Amino acid sequence: MGFSWVLSVLLFAKSLAKFLIAMASILRFRKLCYVEPVNCSSLNFESFETLKGDNNEQFEAQNVEKKDEKGVDVDSVTEILLNRQNKKKRPNKRGNKEWRCVDYCCWIIGYMCTTWWLLLFLYHCLPANLPGLRVAESPGTRLKHEGLIAHHPVVLVPGIVTGGLELWEGKPCAEGLFRKRLWGGSFSEIFKRPLCWLEHLSLDNVTGLDPPGIRLRAVPGLVAADYFAPGYFVWAVLIENLAQIGYEGKNMYMAAYDWRLSFQNTEIRDQALSRLKSKIELMYVTNGYRKVVVVPHSMGVIYFLHFLKWVESPPPMGGGGGPGWCAKHIKAIMNIGPAFLGVPKTVSNILSAEGKDIAFIRAMAPGLLDSELLGFQTLEHVMRVSRTWDSIISLMPKGGETIWGNLDWSPEEGYGCDLVKKRYTSTEIKTNNTDGKRGLKLQESAKYGRIISFEKAASQLPSSQLLNLGSKEFQRTSTGTNSNTSCGEVMTEYDEMSRESIRKVAENKAYTARSVIDLVRFVAPKMMRRAEAHFSHGIAENLDDPKYTHHKYWSNPLETKLPDAPDMEIYCLYGVGIPTERSYVYKQSPSDRCRSIPFRIDSSADGSNDGCLKGGVYFVDGDESVPVLSAGYMCAKGWRGRTRFNPSGMATYIREYRHKPPASLLEGRGSESGAHVDIMGNVALIEDVLRVSAGATGAELGGDRIHSDIMRMSERVSIRL
Amino acid sequence: MPLIRRKKASENDNDQASISSDDNSKKKKSVSTKKVKTGEKSNKWSCVDSCCWFVGCICTVWWSLLFLYNAMPASFPQYVTEAITGPLPDPPGVKLLKEGLRAKHPVVFVPGIVTAGLELWEGHQCAEGLFRKRLWGGTFGEVYKRPLCWMEHMSLDNETGLDPPGIRVRPVSGLVAADYFAPGYFVWAVLIANLARIGYEEKSMYMASYDWRISFQNTEVRDQTLSRIKSNIELMVATNGGNKAVIIPHSMGVLYFLHFMKWVEAPAPMGGGGGPEWCAKHIKAVMNIGGPFLGVPKAVSGLFSAEAKDIAVARSIAPGVLDKDLFGLQTLQHAMKMTRTWDSTMSMIPKGGDTIWGGLDWSPEEGYVPSQRKQRNSDNSCSNQNGTESMNCQSKAVKYGRIISFGKDVAEAHSSEISKIDFRGAVKGNNVANTTCRDVWTEYHDMGIAGIKAVAEYKAYTAGDIVDLLHFVGPKMMARGSAHFSYGIAEDLDDPKYRHYKYWSNPLETKLPNAPDMEIFSMYGVGIPTERAYVYRLSPSAECYIPFQIDTSANGGDEDSCLKDGVFSVDGDETVPVLSAGFMCAKGWRGKTRFNPSGIQTYVREYDHAPPSNLLLEGRGTQSGAHVDIMGNFALIEDIIRVAAGATGENLGGDQVYTDIFKWSEKINLPL
Repeated sequence: MGFSWVLSVLLFAKSLAKFLIAMASILRFRKLCYVEPVNCSSLNFESFETLKGDNNEQFEAQNVEKKDEKGVDVDSVTEILLNRQNKKKRPNKRGNKEWRCVDYCCWIIGYMCTTWWLLLFLYHCLPANLPGLRVAESPGTRLKHEGLIAHHPVVLVPGIVTGGLELWEGKPCAEGLFRKRLWGGSFSEIFKRPLCWLEHLSLDNVTGLDPPGIRLRAVPGLVAADYFAPGYFVWAVLIENLAQIGYEGKNMYMAAYDWRLSFQNTEIRDQALSRLKSKIELMYVTNGYRKVVVVPHSMGVIYFLHFLKWVESPPPMGGGGGPGWCAKHIKAIMNIGPAFLGVPKTVSNILSAEGKDIAFIRAMAPGLLDSELLGFQTLEHVMRVSRTWDSIISLMPKGGETIWGNLDWSPEEGYGCDLVKKRYTSTEIKTNNTDGKRGLKLQESAKYGRIISFEKAASQLPSSQLLNLGSKEFQRTSTGTNSNTSCGEVMTEYDEMSRESIRKVAENKAYTARSVIDLVRFVAPKMMRRAEAHFSHGIAENLDDPKYTHHKYWSNPLETKLPDAPDMEIYCLYGVGIPTERSYVYKQSPSDRCRSIPFRIDSSADGSNDGCLKGGVYFVDGDESVPVLSAGYMCAKGWRGRTRFNPSGMATYIREYRHKPPASLLEGRGSESGAHVDIMGNVALIEDVLRVSAGATGAELGGDRIHSDIMRMSERVSIRL
Repeated sequence: MPLIRRKKASENDNDQASISSDDNSKKKKSVSTKKVKTGEKSNKWSCVDSCCWFVGCICTVWWSLLFLYNAMPASFPQYVTEAITGPLPDPPGVKLLKEGLRAKHPVVFVPGIVTAGLELWEGHQCAEGLFRKRLWGGTFGEVYKRPLCWMEHMSLDNETGLDPPGIRVRPVSGLVAADYFAPGYFVWAVLIANLARIGYEEKSMYMASYDWRISFQNTEVRDQTLSRIKSNIELMVATNGGNKAVIIPHSMGVLYFLHFMKWVEAPAPMGGGGGPEWCAKHIKAVMNIGGPFLGVPKAVSGLFSAEAKDIAVARSIAPGVLDKDLFGLQTLQHAMKMTRTWDSTMSMIPKGGDTIWGGLDWSPEEGYVPSQRKQRNSDNSCSNQNGTESMNCQSKAVKYGRIISFGKDVAEAHSSEISKIDFRGAVKGNNVANTTCRDVWTEYHDMGIAGIKAVAEYKAYTAGDIVDLLHFVGPKMMARGSAHFSYGIAEDLDDPKYRHYKYWSNPLETKLPNAPDMEIFSMYGVGIPTERAYVYRLSPSAECYIPFQIDTSANGGDEDSCLKDGVFSVDGDETVPVLSAGFMCAKGWRGKTRFNPSGIQTYVREYDHAPPSNLLLEGRGTQSGAHVDIMGNFALIEDIIRVAAGATGENLGGDQVYTDIFKWSEKINLPL
């Protein structure tokens, strides 16, 4: 799920930090200006004095104060001097030529600018490839030398957050932003008119579509998601490598869609699915009847799953492509960082608009986010806006306790984090096993099944000791609403909840994947009412039940059958080796005076040294956003062979990429990264994608490539297949 | 900062070392400081310091202005404008929204030559780092940085007219392809913004961008562009509730779309296989903006000597600049070498020969006296400013039919007085071995002196001769071109040879599709002098240069003459003469003719040019009639929006004509 919420929220945090720095520098600058009139007249002398001492010292605020003291006696000297000069009545031409502060400032600025430009100029003059900085050959060129050329057309399906959105119609406050990006790009409007920006990004709270008078649309074409922000690539590296073996606009298509909407709504409002269908058909025909290779990323994976069902369903609800459409048009689906079974991160985002990173920031600088800095309730605003986005619900953990574990059990049980690290650092497989055993003994098994628990103790106690109220006992007491108008206009649904019910939520202590949905339904009723018409999170008992023809089941791999296309291949490509959020320890916010988010991650909850609990978050193996279980389960077991979810028995392959942080800063985000978005620059992954799009099959790639324990974890999940 | 101080230290140390001691007597110190001061007087305002100070000042002022500009509310410029000129009229989109118009028919834009962006997908070593950057359109930054590399990548293969090996330059896709040509220079942006006001968005608007350098059929062969347009139109019609599409081609896009309409209904191997009803089913109206249906005389001078009015004027103002090997660059030669590899330029060579464009002694525009028109206009409209524009040709008949003549006297003499020597059989070769000409290679180098002489001795060329002339001077180019384009008039449209794609973009050699409900609009600006015929001369030294150039010394008798700097002008939109833009809709397709067998309705909509009254605030004007600026013309935008929202040509008010296009069309003797 993109690099997800975290980024959106981080951007706020960053902006704040930047602002603070800017303020500080301005203050310092002003200080300079205030101080200097005192010693400016004597700046000549004073500078001589300081130069004797330490030439290298920076001209900084403290320094100024020091100089100040000296400046006083120097001042008297000038006075005398000036008196004498007056006596002699020499015409004093120099008075106006004197270096004044302003002149000095200008001088400094000019000096810096000139140097900067010079450096810039030199940088541009530099030959593009210095012999010393020889960049490793890109996989595209390497494979081109091997003789690979573009064969199958390629469709890229971006995930949540990473696609750009531009304005087509706005309120008066957004004047002049027509067809400018509001999401993606430089995000400059956040600083200029933050409230206006938030208003335009929100959707209607009831319909989940455009609010009246606002039309925000997905940017089309490859530019939609090649770079998220300047310099932050998403698809750009992959696109460039594909181009090197001969791809171009005619056989590469970016299926951009409005990622805020529920999947079916992208069709209803923008006909995005119809466009995708038509584009695939067109490319299939114009490229000599070669099937397409689809490369979805993150949420795009379930979006495309939805598409697969949609396209074969009959017209009013579906695309009317008929039962053979997928078999005819699609060669392979190469899911990158797939969030098939949902992402636990979503839960914390919906509940308290925070993730690991935010909780961390809060722990570092407790005041920063909580105080209403700039009259801005950042998190509350984020929550209010993001709760109008239906698509988030598609990323809630699916499959309930069967997949994600219950109060006492979870498929990942016993696979600690330190374990993960150790296993990856050791080179030999055999030591792996011994390590694993040792780790098992050390580790008091973390109860990942409890996705949300209140207080650290609750996350560790055996279930028998937990006071567990049924979800039905949640009751909204409409009487005790603490609507305080002093809290500004930020309205989240929490404002409508009484204090008592908040307390009740907290008393329930532990929530599993199933009860978390009830919890979310309770704290965000409007959102869930909208979204539950579009998404479902269960497991199908009987897939032939006619109710499963409804579009709300299409994006849940546990409630749909794959299309009848035995030649199609499904790949799960994802990074491993990064601790990934799996479950959370929450607490109530200390004062709910004006803070409308009553819960937050308890960042003080840390496990023992090698524990998986850190900053209130339990970690498992994954790609930083999606846990291995969610990314790999369907390919490892759910669809492996001929199962009821995969009746035609299409081949599935798991390709894991072990995370290696970039060796040096020069490498940027690394060519061997396994992180959720950075993996798009992973050389091994790019090579796999290129080979398949040039015609290779999964078997030719080498079949599965597994580093994690996904196979064993999948074994523990008991689903009838 | 430490640097500053250190610098001063060294200077002052040089002056006097005594300054260093702190416990000098007061007197001594004062003396020394005095000396320091005088010493500094000379040092302090050193040149570098002053420069830095100056740069700093400018930067600071710039930044503060930038800050103010950014802090300024967005409506401020509009407020100022309104304060000065009174309230502005609503942009047409807003006005029509208030009238209740809403998006109905999907809209397809077809950009013209040059205006659409091209980006690099694969390049040579020298173009490192330009992947998916615009080579054409945008800032053109690479032209200055690596001009030769840029030229190399923009050129096509001289034999095939397709990509040279190892280079792939492709059209930018989406609305961004041609909304702005360069930053701030709009092409489609104003129209798009106004359409968006009444509810259009990406799903109901489509920019059919194509590689405008290659011939029309090759865009399909290489990029499958025509198939993509077909599929997109089908998709848009399907997703917009079956409402047919409104097509808005501009400039060369008009010809391109003409080609498309034939292609889409032609059977599969050469065509799109859409079947005979495709256009009738999918297209509501084709609204051609500034369409060069019958070609543009400018294309001739461009191909012949890589120059146009503007270049010729530049040459006459500064004779040395272009002719000399400035910077070791033979600019024009390079430009010619590059543009001659572009097949599409040949689609705009005047079509229809002498029948349309006039013979040696005759032309449809003959006796055209624009002043009359002006008077007539000013009677009923407020075009007072137009009157000031001197477009009044002498009543003496100008012989526009001679598109190229060598020498001014030839241009004006009667045909019996011109002694012509046919160039067609002339021997080429006799080449001066010019290895000195660097590596710029134009086909003129093959011609040799004899060939050049032969060309000049033919004296006067009509539209019919021009094609032969171009065959003579640029054989390779024309060999490629004649496989893709044709410039004649069909005798019998049912002749099976006309099924070949090379005739599809020539309106005089194709039938319109069978779609009686479709409407064709011809919308173009008038009231600007437009190049129609040229006076040429031989270049002074014919060794390393293009041997012909426009004779800028050839001027008409008085100020009001149509001949100016070697160029005869007629009425038009600065690029396309009225005749070319209007003839087909005024006569060729009017009613049921052999070119228009199903009797598709045609409308001529002319927009009289009025320069912006206020340069600073209005930019390129809202009543402009110039070839590209007309895309910001409010009246034109209003027409388009009305049609897109469902109106027919009748609802718009039928024809709207300022020129004598109907009279001129009458003079053309073409069996219909």
